[in-house]
Amino acid sequence: MTKLIDENALREIIEQKESWTSGELAKVLSRFPEMDKRFSTISDMEIKNLYTPEDIADLDYERDLGNPGQYPFTRGVQPTMYRGRYWTMRQFAGFGTPEDTNKRFHFLLDHGETGLSTAFDYPTLMGYDSDSERSHGEIGKCGVAIDSVRDMEVLFDGIPLDKVTTSMTINPPASILLAMYLVVAEKQGIPYNKLGGTSQNDILKEYIAQKSWIFPPRPSMRLITDMIEFCTEHVPKWNTISISGYHIREAGSTAVQELAFTLADGIGYVQACVDRGMDVDAFAGRLSYFFNAHSDFFEELAKYRAARRMWAKIMKERFGAKNPRSWMLRFHTQTAGCSLTAQQPYNNVVRTTIQAMAAVMGGTQSLHTNSLDETLSLPTESAVTIALRTQQIIAEESGITNTIDPLGGSYFVEAMTNRMEKEAFEYIHKIDEMGGIIPAIERGFPQKEIADAAYHYNQQTESLEKTVVGVNKYKMKEEGRIPILYIDEEAERRQVAALKKVKAERDQEKVAKHLETLRNVAGSGDNTFPHILNAVRDYVTEQEICDAFRQVFGEYQDPAYI
Amino acid sequence: MNQGKIRVMVAKPGLDGHDRGAKIVARALRDAGIEVIYTGLHQTPEMIVNAAIQEDVDFVGLSVMSGAHRVLFQKVTELLNQRGANDILVFGGGIIPDEDIEFLEKLGVTGIFRPGTPTDEIVRFVREKAKTKMESLGAEL
Repeated sequence: MTKLIDENALREIIEQKESWTSGELAKVLSRFPEMDKRFSTISDMEIKNLYTPEDIADLDYERDLGNPGQYPFTRGVQPTMYRGRYWTMRQFAGFGTPEDTNKRFHFLLDHGETGLSTAFDYPTLMGYDSDSERSHGEIGKCGVAIDSVRDMEVLFDGIPLDKVTTSMTINPPASILLAMYLVVAEKQGIPYNKLGGTSQNDILKEYIAQKSWIFPPRPSMRLITDMIEFCTEHVPKWNTISISGYHIREAGSTAVQELAFTLADGIGYVQACVDRGMDVDAFAGRLSYFFNAHSDFFEELAKYRAARRMWAKIMKERFGAKNPRSWMLRFHTQTAGCSLTAQQPYNNVVRTTIQAMAAVMGGTQSLHTNSLDETLSLPTESAVTIALRTQQIIAEESGITNTIDPLGGSYFVEAMTNRMEKEAFEYIHKIDEMGGIIPAIERGFPQKEIADAAYHYNQQTESLEKTVVGVNKYKMKEEGRIPILYIDEEAERRQVAALKKVKAERDQEKVAKHLETLRNVAGSGDNTFPHILNAVRDYVTEQEICDAFRQVFGEYQDPAYI
Repeated sequence: MNQGKIRVMVAKPGLDGHDRGAKIVARALRDAGIEVIYTGLHQTPEMIVNAAIQEDVDFVGLSVMSGAHRVLFQKVTELLNQRGANDILVFGGGIIPDEDIEFLEKLGVTGIFRPGTPTDEIVRFVREKAKTKMESLGAEL
C-alpha cells in the first residue's frame, strides 16, 4: 500500500473545505455569481469548481500510477520519456501522384521531421485503381494515388527504408500496401527485419467512424490476423495495427467514447489473434494506438493517462500477458482536425498548439500537428512548416519536456483520469455483454452513440452553450483569403497514364495466375499475406487484388443510421 | 411535395466516408418537420439520381469532403437534367474552396453551405425554396 493521503490529514482537509465553502466562497458567490450554472468539458462532462485531496482519497501511488516505465504506466511507458528522446514528429502527407508526394517527403525530412506518414487518396483507401470509373475526380485529392508497386517505388525514391520509419494510413487494403512496401525494401536491398513503421490496418473503427471499408467485418478481421501472423514472424519491428480513436473522435464522439470504443477495438484484435492460437506475448508488443488531441486540455491529458492504465490492466488481467511490453500502450497523436475552423484560419495555429501540449504532457510517442489551412485543403508547404515548428517549440523551448508526466499528482488531473477510466470501462462492459465489439458494430451501437454525441455538440454550439471562436462568437465580416494547395486535374491524367503503362508492360499470364491463387486462398483458410506479396511483386494492381477478394468476401453496405 | 410535406434527400456521393456533417444536417431537417431520406455512403451520381427520382424528392443535398465536389456535383446535375428531373433542386456542402463556388453555381447548384453554417440556415433555405417552387407551380396551373 502506498496511499498518498493520510486519513487524519484528509479529515482535516475535508473540514477546512466545508468551512471555506460555507464561508469565503458563499460570501463571494452571493455578490458575484459564477458565469454559468454548470461548467463542463467540450465532451459535456461536468466539472466542479475545485478538486482537493478528497477527490483522490483512495489514490495509491504504486497501484494506480507507478513510476514511468512501470506497470500500470499511468505516468508514461518509458523510464526517461522526453529526456531520452523527443516523440517522433510525424506529419501526415500525401497528395497528387507518387512523384508529387515524394517531393513533399524529401521536403519534410530536410526540415527536421523524423518519420514519414503517408496519406493515400480515396480510390487507394477504398481499393480502386486510378483508371476505375469510381475514381474519377478523386485521384490525388485527399492523399497520394497508389495503384501498383511501381507507384510505391516512386513514392520512396531516394528514401532509405532502414533509416526512416513509415506510417501508412490505410485500412481495408492495408496488407496490399504493406506488401508493396516490402517489395520496395527488397529492391533497395534491405531485409524485412530492418523495417520499422506502422500500418493503420484498423478496420473496426472504419465501421464505427471513418467508413472506408470494403469487405464485411469477419473476412476483414481475417485479413488483419493474416498480416499480424506474417509480420510477427518476418517483419518483427513493424507495428501491425494502429488502433485508432482519432477518427471516432472526429466523427463526433466524446472523449470517453473515443477511449472506450478504441480499447474495445483493441480487445477485439487481441481476441482474434488469441482465437487463432497465437501467443499473446508474441504479437501484443507490436500493437500501437492512435488518439485524437482535442481542445479541452485536461480532458485529453486525462484520457491518455487513463488509456495507458486501462490497457495495462486489460492485457495483464484479461489476456494474461506476461511480457511488460505487451502491457504498454504506445500511441501516436494527431491534433483535432474537426476543431479547426475555416473562419479566421490563423486561429488554428493556437488551437493546434494547445492540443499538441496536451498530447506531449500526456506522454505521446509520436505526433502530427495539423496545419492552419487544413479545413480548406491539404496543407501548403508554408502551413505545414508552422505546424512542424509548433512541435519543435514545445520540445525545445517550452520546458515541458524537462520532467516526466508534469501534471501527475494534480488533484484535478488524477480525479479526471480515474473518471475517464471508470466511464470507459462501463462502455466496455456494455460491449462485452453484447458479445464483443463485432456484434456491437453489427447492432450499430457505437455508431449511434457517436451520432448522438455529434448532434448534441452541434446543438450546443448553435445555442451558444459551447463557443467556437470566430464561428459562433467573435465573428468578423471581412476575412482575407489564405493561399491554399490546389490539386489540379492534371495529376489524375498523369496517374492514369502511368497505370496504363504498367499494365501494358507486365506479364499478363502471371497476373491472371496470381488472381486465381488469391481467390482460392481467400476461399480457403490459408494465410493470404504471402500470396498478396507474390502478386504485387509482379505488378498486380491494388484493385485487381481487392476485386478478387470482393468476389469471395462480398462488400459491406452502409447501414446509414441518421 | 405530397400533401405539402417537403422531401429532401441527403446524399453522400463518391468514396469519401465523412458523414458527420451529412447526418447532422439530415437530423436537423427532420427535427424541423421535413421528410428526409439519407442515402448512406459511397453512392455514385447514378445511384443518387435514380433514388431521387424514385423517391420523388424536392431537393438533393450533396455532401462532399474529399475535394471531388467539382466532378461529382457536375455529374449529378447533368444526370438530373438528362432525366428531365431538373425540378429537383440541388444544394450542397463540404470542404469547398471559394475558388469553386462560381463553378458550382453555374451548374445550377442553388445553395452551398460550408463548415460553420448553422443548421437553421439550411432549414430556412429549404423552406423558402420550397415555397417559391410551390408558388411557381401554382402560377403554371
